[in-house]
Amino acid sequence: MHGWTGTIVRIDLTEKTFSVEHPSSDIYERFIGGRGMAGHYLMRDGTRAWDDPAMPLLLFTGPLVDTPTPTSGRMCVMSRSPLTGAICDTSVGGRLGTQLKRAGFDGVVIAGKSDAPCGIEIRDGAITFTDAAHLRGKTVSETRAAIGDAGSCAVIGSAAENGVLYASIMVDGHFCSGRGGLGLVMASKNLKYLAVSGTGKTPVADRDEIAAAREEINRLAAASPILLGELGIAHYGTGALYDLMDSRRMMPTDNFRATHFAAAASMNAHAYKTRYATKRTGCTGCAILCKKIGANKEIIPEFETMSHFSALIGNVDPDAVIEANRVCNEAGMDTITAAVTIACHLEITGRSLSPDALIELLNDIAHARGDGAALAMGSHRYAAAQGRPEVSISVKKMELPAYDPRGAYGMALAYAVSTRGACHLRAYPISHELLRKPVATDRFSWSGKARIIKIAEDANATIDSLTACKFLFFAASLEEYARAYCGATGARATAQDLLAAGERIYYTERIMNAANGFSADDDDLPPRFFAEPGTGGGGIAIAPLGRGEFLAARARYYRIRGLDGRGMPTEEKCRELGIEWNG
Amino acid sequence: MERLIRKYEDKLVAHGLCDPGAPLIGSRDEAVLWNRDDALVPAMEEVFAGLNIASLLFARPAEPFFSIMERVAHSPEARAGCIRPQDSETRTFLHDIPVLDAFVPRDIIATLKRRKCVVVRSHGIVTYGTVSPEQAFVFFSSVCFSIYVKFFADYRDAVRAGTADAADRAVVERALASYESFVARIPESPRLMRGPFTEPDDCLAAIVEAGRMTVECRMVDSFFGNISYRLGDTVYISQTGSSLDELGGMIDPCPMDNSSCAAITASSELSAHRGIYRDPGVAAILHGHPKFAVIASLDCDDDACAHRGRCHVECARERFVGDVPIVPGEVGTGPHGLCNTLPPAMRGRRGAIVFGHGLFTTGAADFTDAFASLVSVERMCLEEYRQTITG
Repeated sequence: MHGWTGTIVRIDLTEKTFSVEHPSSDIYERFIGGRGMAGHYLMRDGTRAWDDPAMPLLLFTGPLVDTPTPTSGRMCVMSRSPLTGAICDTSVGGRLGTQLKRAGFDGVVIAGKSDAPCGIEIRDGAITFTDAAHLRGKTVSETRAAIGDAGSCAVIGSAAENGVLYASIMVDGHFCSGRGGLGLVMASKNLKYLAVSGTGKTPVADRDEIAAAREEINRLAAASPILLGELGIAHYGTGALYDLMDSRRMMPTDNFRATHFAAAASMNAHAYKTRYATKRTGCTGCAILCKKIGANKEIIPEFETMSHFSALIGNVDPDAVIEANRVCNEAGMDTITAAVTIACHLEITGRSLSPDALIELLNDIAHARGDGAALAMGSHRYAAAQGRPEVSISVKKMELPAYDPRGAYGMALAYAVSTRGACHLRAYPISHELLRKPVATDRFSWSGKARIIKIAEDANATIDSLTACKFLFFAASLEEYARAYCGATGARATAQDLLAAGERIYYTERIMNAANGFSADDDDLPPRFFAEPGTGGGGIAIAPLGRGEFLAARARYYRIRGLDGRGMPTEEKCRELGIEWNG
Repeated sequence: MERLIRKYEDKLVAHGLCDPGAPLIGSRDEAVLWNRDDALVPAMEEVFAGLNIASLLFARPAEPFFSIMERVAHSPEARAGCIRPQDSETRTFLHDIPVLDAFVPRDIIATLKRRKCVVVRSHGIVTYGTVSPEQAFVFFSSVCFSIYVKFFADYRDAVRAGTADAADRAVVERALASYESFVARIPESPRLMRGPFTEPDDCLAAIVEAGRMTVECRMVDSFFGNISYRLGDTVYISQTGSSLDELGGMIDPCPMDNSSCAAITASSELSAHRGIYRDPGVAAILHGHPKFAVIASLDCDDDACAHRGRCHVECARERFVGDVPIVPGEVGTGPHGLCNTLPPAMRGRRGAIVFGHGLFTTGAADFTDAFASLVSVERMCLEEYRQTITG
């Protein structure tokens, strides 16, 4: 087999045993890898409770990992979300995917529950279980230090151990498997860490084809101002989007009550670059290197974190943003949900936070103590408990990232129908609504957006399955990546063939969510966006979304996606996509 | 959606790429909307059904593009399935241009599954978009440009080799005469706003005006090219993927110190423009893709060159058309980016041509000189081409 290792390992933490299996080539070609393969393996257990020992935690690489294909050193982590109850997957960078592949595995399926805190160490084909009782309560960096040179590692921190519903898994210290609380799933299995190292090589079918694809992809990346331009994310990190969001009047401010932040100019990526003398770093196999680290090893936050820990909660101290991000990373906690939940708390209580109080509150959340105990449940549960459910800015109980949907209607629809809750990455419409790629669309129009979102969801499901970085697709397309895929695997697939697999992968997720009770009622936005305007200015008006237009666009989306009027899967579409479904 | 379909139908005609009534454009959200009835609609709907796309375009190109397409599509290279023009639009975005014998939906689907466009011999060009009809328009325009450049460049080489084809010659003569006549009518001294500009609003208005005139005079296909003006410590530059004939609201102010990244949407050539502005005598930069400047840049008779086939990044020779240098360099900021090669070549000169790509020109106070240079260099390249093929 080329591109794939052909081997999946199943680990039973209850019995401390493992077994390997070899999926058929048909399964690989239908689900590709990463998110697709993880979803395929989750399907059988998708209706189990997230803390049922039999509920698997899945970590899958893709066929391009450990090949020369640009930005392919990623992997997918998947399970059912404690926060939302929906399926939840995260695409995570670092070295873990590459090491897993080199160790001889395309994926790991972890089920069962250890009777005591433990770790899993994979070194090539050998798998050992370690006692991790002494690591309980340790931060992510303390845990990494204790693990030593066991390899690339996925670690949980105190947030997961203390039941925070949006606890994350931290890979190689600062790459987050961030959203939806997968860290808590890991904690429920009494698994403190997974460390992987491998020395193997991934055989590829045609190295020349990969080299040709690589040249095409790198040429497009170089031509992209968003990626490698002077103001692009290679130089400024994803924080490069900060000024753009504010200038387009869609920067979520004061818990989404406003969309313009007066202090934006002093809290932007340039300010961080100057203040912390940042350098570039990033995932294995990436030339963009969007991660930024300061001269004193400060981890510079991603755009979402930078925005939400400033504009959303009224903070004008960049040091506090850096520290808030560090606290979340060390505790293993999703920064987006943490910040939106705090913003919700501030709106309900009418309080404001000093930088010190912000850090204290984050530590309280991570340890589920004081006010933090209630906030550890996320904004939806917190606001409901306070009798103010409308103040939670979330979809399917997952909090919104830092793009206000009133400023980009495709983003509004994408948030609503996303299979994992409010997610900017499922369809990533800022690509065309703001960044003009592949071409610009009218961000204040619903016209055509249902189809655009559906196609983009299919494409991104494919990208997460390959497992490549979505940023590269601001420049390249599946056309170039299909060439790399064929070079890696020897398969004969076109861009549209991969897109068809992406459609199957996405529909599988809708099926699992439907089985867990999700319907059109959940494919909706918080009422604030239909009732209140954002902050206009500079010739831009940010009006409330039209409820009727939104519902009409969502109905079109359902029909285009092959769902019924309630957003539920249909037998006919399953048949078309070759998905087995019992209704 | 209907508005977009009409817009790009009109643009195809206005830019001389199609005759009125020729473009057939469909776009779909839930249902497909066509710009007009046509006997090909059922076949096009079949193509739509076979692809996960949002827009589809078929058109027979206007003359001279159709005749050129026919000559290129019947070449031995095309008979093997596709052509590979050497211009940067093909290299960067299209990779190659597939060619089919007949308008058969099944074959068109199979081809568009892997490429953005297909030439159907004796029929026309099919392209698509996943987001907007604009993509289909851009790819159609790119194919017309690429095959035009390839045809004229190949014919020049054939004349030199003594292998020119009579049928090709007939097409060359007609197309060349038509273009010469068109270029001759472009005014020597365009009536553009006079600088230097001191207010942002004036500077923006001047950019919009010069961009529109550049497209109207066909010195660029509207989606490509870029334009900027330096006012104090700010460079005002057209946004990436903006159309030079529609720049209102599409110009990013970029502070020279990068104190804001709001202009992350600026043209991919921002770095090159900034490099050129290191010359304090430059206030305005205009970048177009005049066809014969690009054709001239591909002219090299050094068959033994070690860099043959890599000229776009590795050409080491000092090459000129008249006083204008030709430099290698790819789009953007990579290690082979034209941001490295262009600024030093431009210093003290009115312009420079980037291999297979286009022409950059400058002005000291406004766009008058930059535009005049764009046109005069194109005329010079056209004259040189005429001399080369007539001996």
